[in-house]
Formats: sequence, structure tokens, C-alpha cells
Amino acid sequence: MGHPSQDQLIDFYRTMRLIRRFEERVVELVNRNEIPGVTHEYVGEEAVATGVCRALRPDDVITSTHRGHGHILAKGGDPRRMMAELMGKATGYNRGRGGSMHIADLALGIYGANGIVGAGAPIACGAAMAARLRGEDRVAVAFFGDGATNQGVVHEAMNLAAIWTLPVVFVCENNGYAISASIRDMSPLERLADRAAAYRMPGESVDGMDVLAVHAAASAAVARARAGGGPTFLECRTYRFVGHFTAEKALGIRYRSEEEVEAWRRRDPLVTYPAWLREQGVVDPARVDEEVEALLDEAVAFARQSPLPAPEEALDGMYAVPYPGLPARGW
Amino acid sequence: MRELRYLEAMREGLREEMRRDPSVLVIGEDVRASLRGLTKGLVEEFGPSRVFDTPISEAGFTGLATGAALAGMRPVVEFQINALLFVAFDQLVDQAQKLRYMMGGQGRIPVTYVVAASGARRGLAGQHSDHLYPLMVHMGMKTVMPATAGDAKGLLKAAIREDDPVMVFAPSALLAEKGPVPDGDHVTPLGRARVAREGTDLTIVALGPLVPQALRCADTLAAEGASVEVVDPRSLLPLDREGLLASVRKTGRVVVFDDSNRTCGFAAELAALFADEAWDALRAPVRRVTRADVPVPFSPPLEAQVLPSADRLLEACRACLEGARA
Repeated sequence: MGHPSQDQLIDFYRTMRLIRRFEERVVELVNRNEIPGVTHEYVGEEAVATGVCRALRPDDVITSTHRGHGHILAKGGDPRRMMAELMGKATGYNRGRGGSMHIADLALGIYGANGIVGAGAPIACGAAMAARLRGEDRVAVAFFGDGATNQGVVHEAMNLAAIWTLPVVFVCENNGYAISASIRDMSPLERLADRAAAYRMPGESVDGMDVLAVHAAASAAVARARAGGGPTFLECRTYRFVGHFTAEKALGIRYRSEEEVEAWRRRDPLVTYPAWLREQGVVDPARVDEEVEALLDEAVAFARQSPLPAPEEALDGMYAVPYPGLPARGW
Repeated sequence: MRELRYLEAMREGLREEMRRDPSVLVIGEDVRASLRGLTKGLVEEFGPSRVFDTPISEAGFTGLATGAALAGMRPVVEFQINALLFVAFDQLVDQAQKLRYMMGGQGRIPVTYVVAASGARRGLAGQHSDHLYPLMVHMGMKTVMPATAGDAKGLLKAAIREDDPVMVFAPSALLAEKGPVPDGDHVTPLGRARVAREGTDLTIVALGPLVPQALRCADTLAAEGASVEVVDPRSLLPLDREGLLASVRKTGRVVVFDDSNRTCGFAAELAALFADEAWDALRAPVRRVTRADVPVPFSPPLEAQVLPSADRLLEACRACLEGARA
């Protein structure tokens, strides 16, 4: 793989900063009721999406999760169309039909965030299978959390990828908690990457707060998949600094200590990485921050100015091949 | 026109589509050995990169087909048993069926699912005998259930060419039945009902495996002086509402003979349709002959009690013809 270039190092920071600030703005907009519903923020986990997606080509495929904004931004998603989707606008990625948990851009290989834990894993396998059958060397990444390692369909997908040597990378974002349930109580394993042994695929565990470590491990896994070496399970040990979703604070539930959160915050990649960049003389992060703010100002303005979809469009787009009377009218 | 068995006709349709379009794949359990017979000979003709035996991972291979379809393939997924749809339900309805809409109309998901022995066969009991077409229709998935050999071929070919997920129910009770199959590239479009027998006094809307029994019932009633029309919807979503309504408006009397459960079953939807759209033409209450709302039991007399029967159909038709309320 070789070491990342200076431009790549800056790009990693720009991407992580974009994700962090996108999410912080989303929280503000949810709290101001400009975004309906709830969202699941990727705050704290930025190094994972960035390190993995920067190891991919534009034509590679990802399947994402309920906590998907970071993956989508890192895969090249347009913040304007994402923000518009979150606000339920007609210009959003999904024309207002999906919202936070379903953002997709097939042209960028983003086969959708997903509201069902683990459900994207077999879909990623299918994309990988299609690529191979069509003689293309595309790779698919299935993102999922620690909670999904106990979901049957993820294991079915890992087995399918293993027996058919599919070019898939299973990226497990182990942030320690499935909502309130600690993975320590839900799995006998210290190291979730040990799950890979059951499918005779390489299982690696990396520091998910270190974008360079994630990028190096992901690059190796992607290269192996692309070369026909089959799937890899890549556990990225990370943490979310915020609640499971925006409404969590209001619920007042507690399942982790302030000390634990603080300990992880000291490893915040949005603190450690820019400090390292400055130290190395690569870039002044403040310059990048300005660029990111401008991009997000534009995204929010675009979303705010965009029209809401017309109510009568609600029945459109269900079928690629429409028929009269379908979906049924007169409800 | 040739006479073929239902399953042979369906297999011919699948083989033709695989020859026609190299993106058509077959995915499922035991499809190379072809336990069900639908996929017999396919791996020999098309090779292992078109015909995939899967592990027992119904949710997994259903999701796999979705991803492959989004990436340009046209998978045909075989489910060996009706109840496997329950195992794969999230991947069927929450993923494959919803994704296009939720993505704002992006992409196409041309997957065909075939339940290659659907409904009840004698002695298979509660977990192998359901007929789940109302569930698929309820969740908006295009669904067909051919009742003849010709439609088995024609509707399967149409389903494979459709750019949306389509569920094909091939009732086990019909798989060995012979019938005429038109020569050439025979495709039956979705959304058109078939009038299996014309009549003027009463319409029986018969679903899938019940069509032959409905035709025998019409014979019996003809001997009693009643002219009975038998309509086979065959495409359940899209449904040929106008075709069904035309028959009911003509006869003014209708019995729905449905192989799904009583409550919230397919017959309930048709009864509502007729009440909404043909009320003025109805000369008797719409009647439903359905399954009972219990799992299909094992013992033959219990099983017969629960499944929709020809006797109860005859009774319902006679009551309807008299205009008497049950």
C-alpha cells in the first residue's frame, strides 16, 4: 500500500472534520425541529469511516447502518443532498422518502444506510458476487456495529462470503454498546475479530480512533479482496461520544460512566490527529476547518431553501415498472 | 400447442430466460440437484457460475440476491418451502421490496422468488403448508400464482423480465397437472386475470390450486341449471381489478375461493373490492370460502377440515344463487 501522501493525510482530516461538524450541526437542527425524527450521530467514530472509505475506489460498494452519515460522507456523499434528505426535502438523496436511516447514492456505490441491524451485510455480499460474475474487480464493504455481531444474517453473510471467496470486507465498528447493552455482556469474546475464525477468514482488530491504523488495515483487506483473496473481518475499536440517538439525553438513561466517556474523549481523533498534523508540519488544521464550515454552511442553506416534496408524490417511485392502480388509490 | 406438465412448463420458461439473458442466475438450496425439479438440468447447461447451491441461510441468500440485483444481475431465488419466507421476511419485504421506494426511486431490484411447491400437500402439517401470498401482497410485493401450465411458463418469464421483485407461487397441488403451452416466446403479462370458464349467474374467483376444484364445482352447478363463471386472478399484485369487477357486475353474485387464512386473507380484500366498486350490481352478499385460522394440522380428517373444500364451495355457491344469507 505504501504510506499515505501529504494530500491524503490532509484529506483524512478534512473528511473526519466534515463528519464531526456535519453531525454537530445535525444535532442543532434536530433540536430546532428543522430535522424531523431522530438521528444517530457518528461522533467519535470518524476515523473508522474515513480510514475504510479512503481505502476504496469510487466504484466500490458500501452498505451502511442506522449510524450512517459518516460512511456516506466518507464515500463521497454530497453534504447538501444529505442535509436536504434529513430535512425531508425534495432535493434530498431519497427525495424525502428515506431520511437519516436510508440515505443512498447508488452512483457512488452507497447501497444505503439501513434501519435494521446487520441487514446490509448480505446485500454487500450480493454486490460483491455480481462484480465477480461481471468480471469487475470491485470490492464491497459491509459496515456494522458490535451489536450486529450477534445478528444471524451477519453470520450467514460471512459464511457466504467465505465459501464463495467473495471480495467483501466486513467492518465491525465496535463502539462497545448496542444502545445500552455493553458488548462485554452480550458476547463472550474480548476481541470481536475472533468471530472471523469460524469462517476461516482473516480477523483483525485495530484502533478505531487512529485513522492511519484503520486506513492501513482496510487497505490491506481491500487489496486482498480485490486480488481474489476473499473476505476479511476488520474490527475497529471505537466509541461514540454521544448517545445512541439524539433523543437519548431526554430519556435520561445511563449505561456508561462519565469517566469512561472522558477516557475515550482523550483519544478523540479530531483532537489527536490534527495535533499530529500540526506537529509534523503537514497542514494548519484551522485552514481545513474553515473550508469545512463553508461547505456545511452551504449544505444547510441548500437544504433550507429546498422545497418540501408535494404530498401527492408520496405514492411515486415504489416500482420500476408501474401499473395502473398500483399502489392502490382511495386509501 | 404442446401439452406439458406445469413444472415442466415452468422449467422451460426458466431455461429460456437463462439462455436469453446471461444476467439471470439461480440461487437456492439444492438447486443443482433440483429437489423440487424446477432447476433440473440447469447447472449442466449453464454451469456453476449461473446456478448456486446455498447453505441453509434463507435470509442471507435473499439479501445476497438483492445486492446482486442492485449491481446488475437478475437473480431467481428458489424457496423450497413456503415457510422459509418467514425466515427471510426482513430481507424480502423490509429490504428488497422497500429499498427502491426508500431510496427515492434509485436503482432496480429485478429479483424473482419462486416458491416451487407452495400451499398444502397432504401430511406436511403446520410449518410446511401455509400459503403466504396475502402477506407479500400486503407488503406491496408483486405476486403471481399461475394455475395452469401455460401461465406457469408465461408468468415466470414475465416475472424474470420485470425490473422489480416478484414472488411466484407454484402450488404443489398443480405441479404435475398437464395443460397446453403455446409455442415460442410465451410471456403472460402481469396484471391480467384469466376467465377459466364463462358463465352468467355466479362468479367464482378461485386462487391458484383451487382453480380445478372451482371448475368441477361449475360443472356440478351447470347440471343444476346454473351458469357459473370461474375467474383466476393469477396476478395478485398487480391485480386485474377491472377484469374481476367486470365478471361480478355481469353475474351479480360472487364467491371467493381462497387458499389463504380467513382473517385478513386475500378473499377479504376481494370482498372489500366488490363491496366498494360493484355494490349496485351485487344481488347477494359476497361469500368467502377460505382456510380456517389455525395452522394446517397433520391428521387427514383434521387437515381436510381446515383447508378450503369443494363441498363448502358448492354450499356457498348454492346459498349465493338462492340469495339466502347464511
